[in-house]
Amino acid sequence: MARMKFLCDAERCIECNGCVTACKNEHEVPWGVNRRRVITLGDGESGEKSISVACMHCTDAPCAAVCPVDCFYTTDDGVVLHDKDLCIGCGYCFYACPFGAPQYPQEEAFGVRGKMDKCTFCAGGPADDNSPAEKEKYGRNRLAEGKLPLCAEMCSTKALIAGDGDMVADIYRERILKRGGRPQTWGWETAYGS
Amino acid sequence: MKDTTTSNTPQALSKRRRMKAMAWSFLFIVLSAMILPTASYLVSGEQAHAQVTNDQNQRANFWRAVREGAPGYSAVSGPEAGVFINNGGQNWRQLRNGMIANYGGWAIIIGLGVIALFFLVRGRIKIDEEASGMSVPRWKTWERVMHWYTAILFVLLTISGLSMLFGRAVLIPLLGAKGFSAWANLSINVHNYVGPFFAIGVFAMLLFWVKNNIPTGTDMAWFAKGGGLFSKAHPSAGKLNGGEKVWFWIVIFVGLVAVCGSGLVLIGWMAQLGFVDSTRGTMQLAHQVHAIASIVWVVVFFGHAYIGTLGTEGALEGMTTGRVSVEWAKQHHDLWYEEVKDQAGIAEDTTSAPAPSTAAS
Ligand code: HEM
Ligand code: SF4
Ligand code: SF4
Repeated sequence: MARMKFLCDAERCIECNGCVTACKNEHEVPWGVNRRRVITLGDGESGEKSISVACMHCTDAPCAAVCPVDCFYTTDDGVVLHDKDLCIGCGYCFYACPFGAPQYPQEEAFGVRGKMDKCTFCAGGPADDNSPAEKEKYGRNRLAEGKLPLCAEMCSTKALIAGDGDMVADIYRERILKRGGRPQTWGWETAYGS
Repeated sequence: MKDTTTSNTPQALSKRRRMKAMAWSFLFIVLSAMILPTASYLVSGEQAHAQVTNDQNQRANFWRAVREGAPGYSAVSGPEAGVFINNGGQNWRQLRNGMIANYGGWAIIIGLGVIALFFLVRGRIKIDEEASGMSVPRWKTWERVMHWYTAILFVLLTISGLSMLFGRAVLIPLLGAKGFSAWANLSINVHNYVGPFFAIGVFAMLLFWVKNNIPTGTDMAWFAKGGGLFSKAHPSAGKLNGGEKVWFWIVIFVGLVAVCGSGLVLIGWMAQLGFVDSTRGTMQLAHQVHAIASIVWVVVFFGHAYIGTLGTEGALEGMTTGRVSVEWAKQHHDLWYEEVKDQAGIAEDTTSAPAPSTAAS
């Protein structure tokens, strides 16, 4: 079985935000929620670098560990998904997540936040594959259709790579061999422990 | 026939010179075009090298900054959208799921166990004297309303709060995932909406009861005798004994300051008021303080609830009816009884009726 991973090549990312837009459009993500974001360090200065960040689908997922209602599960493909029917919007997964992935559609006066939303690796949720219920709560299930996440597919410079971890690592290694420099698998140590 | 190429006429000579000049110029231009751009490498090899290392430095600096959690710019707006990695998350997870959930759970179990053991060994502390039917007023109506308002909300907050912390381990096996989710959803709403109203109650206690709770020398003597808990002695006490004062100050510092303060951070009010920010770091800290202090508070509260009900005969009446029997007052709060004994009267039915008109003269 594949073990799905994301990798963003900071030497290639040009901060076009195409991935952010692709994701929002594909899944009709609620207002104020962005499942993916691009962060730029030294924006506007020479040598600025950007990384596209979303849920990394951690191996020992901190979100799943702290969730009071235990609503997370990891699919056979290594994708970390959650059940919105169980989520109570406590915010604990957001406190624990290294990547700031969990997002909430509302911010009310008494700290109640609504159901958590995050990147699904385009793999939907616990509802039936590509049923209207799944689409509405979690967005499209591209994995069930044999497709990979749209953000990576749309990436103009192929900075963002998504897919089986070994294949992703191979593609990146080849790039490093060609262009030299040290490999920077941003977030991998935090998310996958290596 | 004349061969123009070999002719030595002046025209032919000048034409040959022009051709030669053109060929050399052409060669010069082509060579220059190829060589000149590379000249920078030959001339300033040093400088070019410096540029390469500078590039590597920049890259290394970038990754160092990212590791250290430096924020960048993100076109996406949202809480801390510019932060690459939330480094506190793992610590918070480990502390909450580890120490807090484990020691917290044990603290509650052991706390209840110690109380049960104390009850078995010491039994109920009875009133020694025969009941005369005479009683003195102890808590006014508004004081009892304040107490029970706060106490009921405390119980609601304890049940809902502990459900969030221990429900995954204890309640999911009993209620199932769906059932517990419904319970947890009710819990979080009750907890978050009741919390601020509860804080008002505790704050009122601080305002109106602080005068009863200033420590005195009498309290020291009371502690020296173990409060009469472990002996048949009845050390002297004013309206409140040393133990009750300690409970009051635990309510204030552990309860009002630590639990309510951090609770108001967690529901976002402290940030609204501008006292703190609402970053994950702040929330993690607030949550840890909240969970640890609330468990301390709950365990001490068990002791308070036991002593006020099962543990001491005649104590609960003070807070329900507002009056206590004269014998109870003499036994537990002798110095206070001396102050109020002239208000003593017969209270046949111990409802909150006002003290009988000017008692025995
Ligand atoms: C001013 C009063 C209080 C406020 C505003 C408050 C607020 C909160 C908030 C916002 C949380 C985070 C989870 C959530 O969003 O519900 C929480 C959790 C919790 N609270 Fe309170 N609370 C208050 C009083 C109390 C009291 C009196 C207790 C018990 C003595 C208590 C025990 C807990 C516990 C055990 C948790 C769960 C911690 C966890 O799941 O890790 N709280 N509280
Ligand atoms: S990136 Fe965050 S939300 Fe995604 S699996 Fe890891 S901890 Fe959970
Ligand atoms: S917000 Fe929802 S998914 Fe996240 S920890 Fe709380 S209940 Fe679980």
